[in-house]
Parts: sequence; structure tokens; C-alpha cells
Amino acid sequence: MKFGVVVFPGSCDDVDAQLACARVADTVALWHADHDLQGVDAVVIPGGFSYGDYLRAGAIARFAPIMTEVIDFAAAGGYVMGICNGFQVCCEAGLLPGALLTNSSLRFVFRQVSLDVVNPETAFTRALPTGASLSIPVKHTTGRYYAPPAELDRLEAAGQVVLRYGAGENPNGALRDIAGVINEQGNVFGLMPHPEHAVDRLRGSADGLGLFASLRDSVSSLVGGGR
Amino acid sequence: MSVVGAYGLQRALELGLTRSEYELIVDRLEREPGTVELAMFSLLWSEHCSYKHSKLLLRTLPSEGRYLVMGPGENAGAVDVGDGWALAFKVESHNHPSAVEPFQGAATGVGGILRDIFAVGARPIAVLDSLRFGEPESERTRYLLDRAVGGIGHYGNSIGVPTVGGEVYFEGPYEQNCLINAMCLGLVRHEALIRSAAAGAGNLLVLFGAATGRDGIGGASVLASAELGEGDAAKRPSVQIGDPFAEKKLMECSLELLERDLLVALQDLGAAGLTSAAVEMASKGGVGIDLDVSRVPLREEDMEPFEIMASESQERMLAVIEPSRLDQFLAVCLHWEVGAAVIGEVTDSGRCRIFDAEETVGDVPLSVLVDACPLYELSPELPAHQIYPPPERTLHADDPADVLLALLASPNIADRMPLFEQYDPVVQSRTVRRPGQADAAVLELPQGSAIAVAIDANGRRVAADPYRGTIETVLECVSNLACVGAEPLGLTNCLNFGNPEKPHIAWQLTESIRALGDACRALEIPVVGGNVSLYNEGPDGPIYPTPVVGIVGALSDPARAGRLGFAGEGDAIALVGPFAPAIAASELAKLRGQALPSALPEIDIAAVTATQRTIRDAVRAGTLHSAHDIAEGGLATALAECCLAGAVGAEIELEEWSEAVLFGETPGCFIVSGAPSALRQLDPHTPHQIIGTVGGTRLAIGAGETSIDIPVERLRQANGSLAGLFA
Repeated sequence: MKFGVVVFPGSCDDVDAQLACARVADTVALWHADHDLQGVDAVVIPGGFSYGDYLRAGAIARFAPIMTEVIDFAAAGGYVMGICNGFQVCCEAGLLPGALLTNSSLRFVFRQVSLDVVNPETAFTRALPTGASLSIPVKHTTGRYYAPPAELDRLEAAGQVVLRYGAGENPNGALRDIAGVINEQGNVFGLMPHPEHAVDRLRGSADGLGLFASLRDSVSSLVGGGR
Repeated sequence: MSVVGAYGLQRALELGLTRSEYELIVDRLEREPGTVELAMFSLLWSEHCSYKHSKLLLRTLPSEGRYLVMGPGENAGAVDVGDGWALAFKVESHNHPSAVEPFQGAATGVGGILRDIFAVGARPIAVLDSLRFGEPESERTRYLLDRAVGGIGHYGNSIGVPTVGGEVYFEGPYEQNCLINAMCLGLVRHEALIRSAAAGAGNLLVLFGAATGRDGIGGASVLASAELGEGDAAKRPSVQIGDPFAEKKLMECSLELLERDLLVALQDLGAAGLTSAAVEMASKGGVGIDLDVSRVPLREEDMEPFEIMASESQERMLAVIEPSRLDQFLAVCLHWEVGAAVIGEVTDSGRCRIFDAEETVGDVPLSVLVDACPLYELSPELPAHQIYPPPERTLHADDPADVLLALLASPNIADRMPLFEQYDPVVQSRTVRRPGQADAAVLELPQGSAIAVAIDANGRRVAADPYRGTIETVLECVSNLACVGAEPLGLTNCLNFGNPEKPHIAWQLTESIRALGDACRALEIPVVGGNVSLYNEGPDGPIYPTPVVGIVGALSDPARAGRLGFAGEGDAIALVGPFAPAIAASELAKLRGQALPSALPEIDIAAVTATQRTIRDAVRAGTLHSAHDIAEGGLATALAECCLAGAVGAEIELEEWSEAVLFGETPGCFIVSGAPSALRQLDPHTPHQIIGTVGGTRLAIGAGETSIDIPVERLRQANGSLAGLFA
């Protein structure tokens, strides 16, 4: 089992994501200018500012050489998790529905928030305890989840809304308190909170570890199933 | 003696040099300097670059210590933090650019201090800031605060270095001249520390990073070395523009170049741009340089040679490399998409020669350019009367509960989270204590030990008494470290003062530096480096004298790092330390509109350091559940803060009831909580008394029949007053 963490020149949380992945499996870095996924079993697109995000968060990154491979990998059913800027990149790349808009406060916000796991049945949440509420930090300027109302209805009905901010804890004005969504096929997951910053109680919380462990378990069962 | 021409003198005066300085230059060169040369002299001899009014005083500071690895004189100092690692750190000001253009001023202040840290080979791991503004009622203050905080976040958040702490205060004397000081810490293996001295005739001078433009020309001389005044808006072109994405790539590129051992010397380009960087490297190495401005990659066409030499365009570094390493050097730059150009070479001439292709546009001995700059003795004079007017009275109530709520709502005491929420404190996965959790930030190190860091200043108390106020500042910072269990390793400082050519400012500066030296000697903390920012005056007068100190400390077990909030129902609460509170110069005195006193009470440094040791040892032993030092707003305010951070109440019974006991301020005292048996084991030589119990949802403070009794949620409401500034 091997995780690959994409590294853009402006990635900030790439090392953090590698450290988190390394707690549950082997991990390699995937350089943005390469076309090689190095045979990884799952891809994490980390937080940060990919290419400075001066145009629109994730808008340039979506065209990176490595993203061509990630898009093909996802189309073939490979697991992809986009965290914060990675979520923005996935939306820009059409891997996930909806879009992320500037926070309603128009400011950057760092906050430890509690998250409700709305769908514990996904490949990214299966190792979490039932009814779990996760304490995980958010830190972003562009995290207000948006999709047209009909699309939101459809996502909710299909179980594609995976994480919601706890009651009264929505930090960015996201519609219907949405913090994380999954694609229809269930193999691409994006979330604004940073689970890689919640993997050690010494630093505040270990609640994010379950997301990485879920992904490891999902890949293992896939491999076990003779993929 | 050479003749001084009227035109040359006129230009020199416009660039900030004095008549006698210009005459000295002409005398030493035995001719008048050319355009490029004069620009270089004006930059290098500016206060900002030469420290000509402070250097003689700074030399009195102690810079030796058992943990010292690299002292003053390099881009940043460094101390040993064990397991082969060194911690490089420094604080620097960006006051005047921020007063003129707060967003970019503050952003590039962060960018500049980051470069200082990776210029010595260290990976930046944390940023803190120290901010001063006028009263928040003023529209200008709210504008400066909003934009400066935005700028700090914009740069720090985007580059992936956590902002782990800081402080902010609001006082009238900073209305025109805000202070933006930024501190950065970096981690480096001892053997990987690199210095800035150029060496090896024939080695190449390589400029890498962003291209050079017309931004920031004259920043060091025009902005940083003169008082603020009317027409400052016209100085906006002297403020640099920051690009954190460019700096992120430059940082990773620089660190990889160092890791591959491709560099002889490295220097960042900050104030005075290429002039300062190239001349400092050559001067420190005792060599010479030849530099060709036509080889500098430019952002815009037709820049004059003096503009290229003076530009303060951001995100640039200068390296000296051996010619055989050039291909490898360029390959690393290509990988990180960082531009690079060979712009000259090291010589053994002892001269700084500047060419524009074939034409020589400057040729000056480094001994004149650097060493001939005069150092000035100050003429300090104790002012006959207090130079700062009393603050406006805003508090009329006398009831202790009302006073406590007013103090908690005061901008200088109110909860800082509305600012801190705009910064990322956790990136890089080291942060064990983030803002709001403890009195100092705590960061885990690679081998499992930890460092702590705090930054402190108190301009009002230094204004009342520059000597004792500065002693208190150092003690306060050490107290903050003690609360997390950290022992101080080294100190950096940024001395923010008014115009030192005025005798009363000279007195403030002289007394403050004398105190800084005395405090550091008493505490055995070396000063590893720092920065001086003078001429902080607006049309209404000087700022409060504001020596900012940043201290780093070590603790072996991050799992035992202290917290400030009360934790367990039923825990006992103790007041520890030589408690001798006084209202004069306190936050309450300010709210009451009282004038500054002519002096602060005498301080027993030995008693304070003994108390700090007791607290540090108890936190390290894991016997305390919380530790918080008593600072602005006194005992009652500190108790309220412990309740707020722990979201729990407390019941306190005092032996004595007076405004001074409740709200007076005094250095070296702490509120701690823990099991009653643990508190009874505190060092018997340190004064301490159990004053209450943790529990419930109210803070009740009583002495016999008199009392304060307020729900914690009401305290929180009062303490949340800063949120409105960012609505």
C-alpha cells in the first residue's frame, strides 16, 4: 500500500500530508511537473497555494502535468483525496461537483471545528467510529462550498455529502454546512478541513487519522479483491 | 582636501546624508562621488543600515552564553537546541513602510525576516509579531490594523510558515507611527549554518530569485531613517511589493542549494537591496567585488545603474559560488523555477567596483564605503517633565466588578483570537501550544524535545521608566516561557524609538539598552542579534519607547508543556511570587486617564528569577494543571483569563481587598492550579499562597464581605470586544 502526495511549488501542507499518510502506509511525493504516479495506490492533493493561487484557487494547478495523470487515475477508479487547496483543485478539474467560494467573512480563517460524519459508509470514512464527531482544524480563505440548490438536493440524496460542520461551527458560510463531498463513483473525496493536522493528540487532536486509515483499508480490500 | 561642490552636496542632503558626512566622503575619496557611488553611500550610511546612532550602545549588550552558536553580525543569531540542531532567530521592524502602506508593508516585513533566517541555512519554522497602533476608536487605526493583519497573514499563510504567537497593543502615541515587528525562527543542523562573508577571488556572484524593478527605491534611507510627516502618501513608491509564492520557491531553492553544499556564502537582499547585500558580503570577507549591473535581470526597461543598485525588490538572494558549481547551481534554480544570473565576481582588490557593461560607474574602497561611516555618541538628557500627555479617561466606574469587565474589554487585554484566527499556527506539524492555549508557543523538535518562544514589550511602562520598564519587559517574556516549562536560551530585540538626535529620546534609548544588558546578564541570556528602528515620530510627537524582546527557550518534554486555562474541578489555585502590585502606569491607570508616573517601583530581579525557576520546575515535573503570569490588568484579570481559557469558574478568597491587590501590576507573579497536595509542594522559599478553588460557572472573588461575582459567559462577552474591529 503506497500513498502519493502531490507537491506543487506553492504547496504548504505537503510535508504534513506525507507525515500523516506515513502513519498508516508507505508514502511518496509526486512532483507537479512529472507525469509519473510511481505506482501509488491512492493520491492525496494537499493544502497550500499550488501556483500562488493568484488567478483563482486551483485554477492553474488543474492543468499541471501531474494532474493529467491524477485525472486518468481517478477515471480508472483510483482513490483521490483533496484537502483544502486539493479540494479546490479537484473541483476545478471536474473531479468533484460544486465550487469553493471566498469565505463569507472575506478573510482567512483558522479554527478548530467539530465535524459531523454524515456518510460513514464511504471509502474515506469506513474506519471511523459510528456517529463520530471529529475535531479538525480549518484554515483557508476560499472554503465556502457552493452548488445550485437542485444539485445540493441530489448530492444529499445520493449520500455524497460526507462531512458537515457541527451545529453553529460553519466557519465560512458553506451551503448546508458542507465540509466534504465525494464523487458519484465514490473514489474522489474533497474536504476543506485538514485531517493531516489532527493526527497526534500532543498537537491537539488525532481525529483526522481515521480518514487516512479508512483510505488504507479501502485500498487493501480492493487489492485483496483482485483488482 | 578635496573641494565639495554645491550640486553634489545638494544631492547628498536630499538623499539623507549630512553636510559633514558628505565632506568626509569627499575627503576620503579625494574626489566627489559619482551618481551610483553617492546612492550607495546614502544607503549604507543611513541609520537603517549603519546603526550609526545605536552601535556604540549595542556593543554593551552581552552576547556570550553556553547555548550560543552564532552571535550578532550575521543575518540571524542562533542557539543550540540539542541533538545537533541549532535554532536561528531574529526580530525586525517594518514600521515606516507599514505606516505608509500597511498591507504590503507588513507582508514584506514578514518576507524580509523569513529571508534573514533561510539566509543562514535554516528552515523557517515559526513567525511571531509585535504590533502597536493608536486607539481603535480612530479610523486610521482600524485601517492600519485591518490591513497589517491581512498582510502578515497573506505572506505567512501562503508560504507555509506558522504564525504561532505575538502581541498587539493600542496606545495614542502610535496613532501616526504604527509598529510592525516580525520575528522568525528557523531550524538548522549545526554543520549546515552558513555565513555571509564572501571569499575566494574568482568566485562568482550570483543573484537569484525575482527580477529587479523600481519598487522600494530609497526604502532604507527615505522611509526608515526619517520621521513620518505630511506628504507620506507620496512615499508609497518606496514601499516594496511582496510575492509569497516567489518567496516559497526561493526558500526551497536556497535550502536545496545549501543541502547540496553548492554555496560559499549566502545573503538576502533586504533594505538597500543589492548595494547592502554585495557590500556586506565583501566587507565581511575582507575581499573585493566587481559587479556588472547590465547583467541584473530587470522587471522594467531602462533602469539607471543607481536604481538597480538601490532597488528593494523583494524575494531576491545573493550567493557566492565556485565557478565549477555553476551548472549544478543553475539546475537547482531551474527545478524550482527560480531565475538566476551571474552578475559579478569576488576579487582581492578590497574595492567595490560597479560596471554598466563596459563602463565603470563606481569604484570605491570598501574601507571607505563601510568602515568610514561615523558612529555618533548620543547626548542623553533626562526630560524636565513627562513628554507624553495623559491618555483620555474612558472608565468612570469604581465598582470592582465593573472595573474587571472594563479591563477585560480593554483593547490591550481583550481576547486576541480575532487576530490570531487570521493566521495559520499549525502548518509544518510542530505546534504543541498555539495562541490562546498557553503564555508561550511550544513547538516540537525532530528528536522529540521542544522549544518555546514568546515576544513581549510594554511601551507605556518603558515610557514611564525606560530602565525599569525594559527590565520588566525581559522578565515578562521569561515568565511567559516559565509558564510552559521552558528555560531561556537566547534573546533577540527590536528597539523602536523616536529621533535619537533629540536629547530626551537619546535618554530613553540609553537607559533602555543599559537595562536590557543588565537584565540579560542577571538572567544569563545572550543577545544573539536584533534590529533598531529609530525616528518613529509623527507630527504629534514620538512613539512610546518600545523595546521588543523575543526569547526562545527549551523544554525536554512537550507532553508536559504548561497551559494557561484552569483544568480540573476542585483544583486548588495559588498565587505565586513577590506580589507587590501598584496601579501607577497600569492598564487601569490608563483607563482612568491618569498621567504616567515619573518612575516605576524598584524590582527585585533575584526574587523574580527564583519564582520563575519554581514555576518552570513545577510545570516540568507535571504537577501543575495550569500556569499563567499576572500581567496587564493584574490579579483579577489573570484569574478571569484562566477561567476563560479553561471554560470553568473559580472561587477566590483574598486576605486583602483593594484596587491595587485586584488590578495593580507587578512583575514575576503567577496564578497556578493543580491538586492541593501538589501546590503544597511548591518550593517553600518562593512566596506562595492558596487563594481558591476551580469549579462552577462563575468567577467569584471575595475578601470578607466584599466581592466580585460574575458568570464566566459574561466575562467572555466583555473579553470578546476586538471581534468588532474585523466585522
